[in-house]
Amino acid sequence: MREQKGATLGIYFLPTEHLQRLFDQLKQAGYTVVAPQQVDGAIVYRETETASTLPQGVVDRQQPGQYRLETTPDPRYFGWSSGVQGVKSTLFPPQELLWQSTRQADGQIQFGPLRAPQQPVALLGLRSCDLAAIRLMDKHFLRSGEEDPWYQQCRSHQLLIAVSCSHASESCFCASTATGPEPEQGFDLRLDELASGFLIQAGSAVGNRLLLDLALESATELQIAEADESLGAVAASQKRAIASNDFRPHFLDKTESPIWEQIAERCLGCGNCTALCPTCFCHREEEVATLDLQQSSHQRVWDSCFSDEHSQLHGIPVRTGRRERYRQWMTHKLAGWHDQFGESGCVGCGRCITWCPVGIDLVQESARFVEAQNDA
Amino acid sequence: MPDSMHPSRIPMVAEVIDRQQESEDVFTLRLQLIDPQQRSNYRFQPGQFNMVYLHGVGEVAISIVSDREDTTLLNHTIRAVGRVTRGLEQLQAGQQIGLRGPYGRGWPMQQSKGRDLVMVTGGLGCAPVVAAISAVEQQRVDYGRLAIIEGVRHHQDLIYPERFHHWKQMERTEVVLCCSEDKAAPWPWHTDRVTAHLDEMDIDLPQAVAFLCGPEGMMVAAAETLQQQGLAAESTWLSLERNMQCGDGFCGHCQLGGYFVCKDGPVFRWDEVGAALKVKGL
Repeated sequence: MREQKGATLGIYFLPTEHLQRLFDQLKQAGYTVVAPQQVDGAIVYRETETASTLPQGVVDRQQPGQYRLETTPDPRYFGWSSGVQGVKSTLFPPQELLWQSTRQADGQIQFGPLRAPQQPVALLGLRSCDLAAIRLMDKHFLRSGEEDPWYQQCRSHQLLIAVSCSHASESCFCASTATGPEPEQGFDLRLDELASGFLIQAGSAVGNRLLLDLALESATELQIAEADESLGAVAASQKRAIASNDFRPHFLDKTESPIWEQIAERCLGCGNCTALCPTCFCHREEEVATLDLQQSSHQRVWDSCFSDEHSQLHGIPVRTGRRERYRQWMTHKLAGWHDQFGESGCVGCGRCITWCPVGIDLVQESARFVEAQNDA
Repeated sequence: MPDSMHPSRIPMVAEVIDRQQESEDVFTLRLQLIDPQQRSNYRFQPGQFNMVYLHGVGEVAISIVSDREDTTLLNHTIRAVGRVTRGLEQLQAGQQIGLRGPYGRGWPMQQSKGRDLVMVTGGLGCAPVVAAISAVEQQRVDYGRLAIIEGVRHHQDLIYPERFHHWKQMERTEVVLCCSEDKAAPWPWHTDRVTAHLDEMDIDLPQAVAFLCGPEGMMVAAAETLQQQGLAAESTWLSLERNMQCGDGFCGHCQLGGYFVCKDGPVFRWDEVGAALKVKGL
């Protein structure tokens, strides 16, 4: 772990009462801050200008099919594990305009325009699993030479500020997917919340500039040790662990396994898992025309592989039922991603477990395929 | 896509030059990009497709058929089956639509040079191989013998009769047409399935290449029959159809195992997808 002093590691200390300075600094640098907020009994990411709006003294209790916030005497701002939704909607909005078609009086058609450039946004309070998810979404949408222009436009204006987890919920399993709980890469700034303040360090040139402008004291060895100890405890406290980090061999020849049918008997096909999964990227393209048909907007809208229309070909779905659809979801996430992008599509956030209304547990269900293979 | 830049995701404007009715519900749009620069820059490989856009209605993925008379035209042969395609069916010469593309991996024209070719198609599946056959025709000496086998359910489903007649006149080329349902119809060709005639062609199957396009069940049956007769699995190519909305491997609808059919295909080698095609609902 990090045994050297803060000065040599570039780790600084931001006292809790000065957290607002970070918000002010970001505003001055032109960023809109999007940070965790407590809304209707849940942690979600919203625009804010003040540190005092952050949830304070709350912890999340998550388990299959359940999510509750509870108050705790520990006054930390980031004492909970993961937000209900990550920040997928800031990378790739649930509904966005791609282009417009305009029909002139003479019947000619014109296409345009790309939407106006985005404003710089600082995403504050990202967890290690959220950072891993952004890295995976970048792999999908920013394939070299074939970048998705709309996603690229969102991403190029984002500043990522990570916060280490000081608590793991019962649904968390990022230690087993090697995507947490420590934010090791992909951030511009990283915070570790201690009892009396934050360790803060930069992971990019932009982050470094912001950090220098804050003009903070270096963190002490003791403070760094406190943060490291907390991260070690969070990893050790995780109760779930994914059975494999590459399920391709375990799903081989299992397309007709009775396990799929057994899962399908419980699955409602609601698509909560796909909406909340931070790496589910499916979207449909649809047309919204004005009543006079002069102008038409070509939009993309989040889609789910659990919908009837997702695999539809000539009006008939290829994947006819929940067995086929759950099989698609799980095999894509845990195996297909390896073929497509060289690693698993699961970041261990546990959202699909927490928000499944019938509590289907991805970790437990996927482990059955590993066991089935060991038994064979 | 070695021969072209990556296509833009925003459509180009194309004008309908004319519309031909091919059968009761199948028609061909002959299209021209209106921007001269876009027209001269546009290149496609046989087997690739465009996203065809109808103003106010939406887009569909349609394979590109080369035009017999005019290389500046892009043809799309379309079955009127959904909202967009029924709308496209109503278009008249002079009207405008949007096109973006070309997308996907086409037929392996380069690596098939010097070898015999078997094209087995079903119904509208003959459209995606037209450009491949035209490429063979243009460089006839580069390829071996050519067998074209097309199957339809009903004799009135046959499209491109004039093309089949034309191909029949080409050197070292045979054309076999089959109609599986109308036994008593006035049909001068075979009245059974294409798989019944795959052993009758003058083709050296162990060294040949096969291009298959049609209903999946037909392609699987044809691939297995040909392979039993000596065709190599890695010389068996097939063009797949899935729900495609972006055309570029982003929207996720066309996934088959680890493949995005729109980007990694639509043309696949048998050993890449053959096993998956035999599983229902993948």
